[in-house]
Amino acid sequence: MTAVLDELIHPDKVHGSLYTDPQIFAEELRKIWYTTWVFVGHESEVPQPNDYVRKRLGLQDVIMTRDAAGEVHLLLNRCAHRGNQVCDDAQGNSSSFRCPYHGWTYRNTGELLGYPYNQGYGGKGKLELGMGRVPRVASYGGFVFGSFAADGPTLVEHLGAAAGEIDRLVALSPESRVELNAGWLAHKTKANWKLLAENETDGYHPQFVHGSIFGVTGSPIGALYSDNSTAVTRNLGGGHSENDLRPEFRKFAEPMRWFGTTEDRVPEYGAAMRALHGPDAERIMIEGAPHVMIFPNLFIAEIQVFNIQPVSAGECIQYSTAVQLAGAPELNRRMISQSIGSVGPAGMLLADDTEMYERNQRGVEILDPEWLDVRRGLHREQVDENGFTIGTATDETGMRGFWAHYKTLMEA
Amino acid sequence: MAVLTAEEGLLEVPGGWDLREVEQFLYREARLADENDYDAWEALWTDDALYWVPAGAADIDPVAQVSIIYDNRNRIATRMKQVRTGKRYAQAPPSNLRRIVGNVELLGGRANAAGGIDLEVGANFLAFESRQRGNELWGGRTTYRLRRVDGAIRLVYKKVVLVDHDKAIPTMAFLI
Repeated sequence: MTAVLDELIHPDKVHGSLYTDPQIFAEELRKIWYTTWVFVGHESEVPQPNDYVRKRLGLQDVIMTRDAAGEVHLLLNRCAHRGNQVCDDAQGNSSSFRCPYHGWTYRNTGELLGYPYNQGYGGKGKLELGMGRVPRVASYGGFVFGSFAADGPTLVEHLGAAAGEIDRLVALSPESRVELNAGWLAHKTKANWKLLAENETDGYHPQFVHGSIFGVTGSPIGALYSDNSTAVTRNLGGGHSENDLRPEFRKFAEPMRWFGTTEDRVPEYGAAMRALHGPDAERIMIEGAPHVMIFPNLFIAEIQVFNIQPVSAGECIQYSTAVQLAGAPELNRRMISQSIGSVGPAGMLLADDTEMYERNQRGVEILDPEWLDVRRGLHREQVDENGFTIGTATDETGMRGFWAHYKTLMEA
Repeated sequence: MAVLTAEEGLLEVPGGWDLREVEQFLYREARLADENDYDAWEALWTDDALYWVPAGAADIDPVAQVSIIYDNRNRIATRMKQVRTGKRYAQAPPSNLRRIVGNVELLGGRANAAGGIDLEVGANFLAFESRQRGNELWGGRTTYRLRRVDGAIRLVYKKVVLVDHDKAIPTMAFLI
């Protein structure tokens, strides 16, 4: 694979077959989706003991459960007997699951509880079987990740500098707690998952793809991604990247401008934030929420969260929801309303991004030219005070960071 | 906010409504949507309009849960302004569409904020969408609320529950 990848991935261009070749997709499942830490869901989706919710991890049907003791598990939704699907409901509350085929039952930790007519197995408790489990489950800021690798970097090591971006989001809650409990929109997308991951911190496209909605709503977002913007695109390492909009918001130095409002319009929020953070609250409310792509599939877009899961080389699903900040009811309703307007299959932003992904996917099937160009801003990249590579607001620095990490994982 | 199921708060079918006339209105609304006649379609709505496509389940709390569409009159106007720019790429070029509306029932009356009673109508639909991405067959149940304003029928409320509401669906940027 190494020799092939050296041919396909260059610092300034990547080959179209990376988005279309079923063998490469199969290799990605093995080396990325079923190895590295992948975002699955959020602890707030299973708030009570014995809550569960069905999720995807790569192609796997996964049940995220919270056991009676409060611990979160990721169970693989198949019976250890004949492979039947154990759990049908999208969510619920149950301490156990019962396979409909022969009545085998499992605790919500995956442990086999029983099987009918047990003399056929020599009695009770004779089988060393259970539901499959994602071997490593960890959460950060409530965001739950799973890794199929029994050993490897810890989640905190995987997140690296991106952990600080989750911290920024959590800091915006007056109770230091993010919740993703507003449900998910599931958007089927006929495009390779990497086109989405690359686009999430591409600051070059918004003025063009989203010009229609920026124009009719008078949105100031477009200006953040213009040639004159002081925002930067940062390669955070580990395949993670961000559009750091803080330089623009610091220029104005107005708390809550990032949210399109002013502090006096959300007075209870402002007071709660100042009570929690003291003098730091001003900075936190000026700088706002992160815009970060966490490799390979978690995208935090200020007030929305996306979970990208692959289906095949040419298809993926985008799950999106509104950020909910514990202790911020003034913001939460508006974040739900804005998310409905922006994201999902009819969203006035994301449906247009998705059209671009699908157009790209059709394009990369075309034979000539064979390459996608990722050199924008390569000549003007800099290293910031923390040692991270940065480009301007519209440079492809994030994409290059994505591909460097992708290559490392695929060569392993 | 409590979530009202379809039947709760429903009054008797108000007087002065004829099924054939109602059907003609629904068919016209469907044709305007099929033909991407945004001006004429938008003009059907009252000022207290609500255009709603729930996600995940048919009866979610739209204030606490995300929907696919939850547009008041202002947001309908924004949606229409965006698509009229010709650069709403999810509908540029627009989808080719045809739909069948059937099983039309006058369900009852619904009290409105102005003290009147709107007519609530239920219907099923099948919509066939053709785009370069491929063809999609969309099906679902629509609940309409209609009001007579200055002699003309106007659309107050349209809730579309997709058959696929609990699944991942492709881009749905046309008027459903």
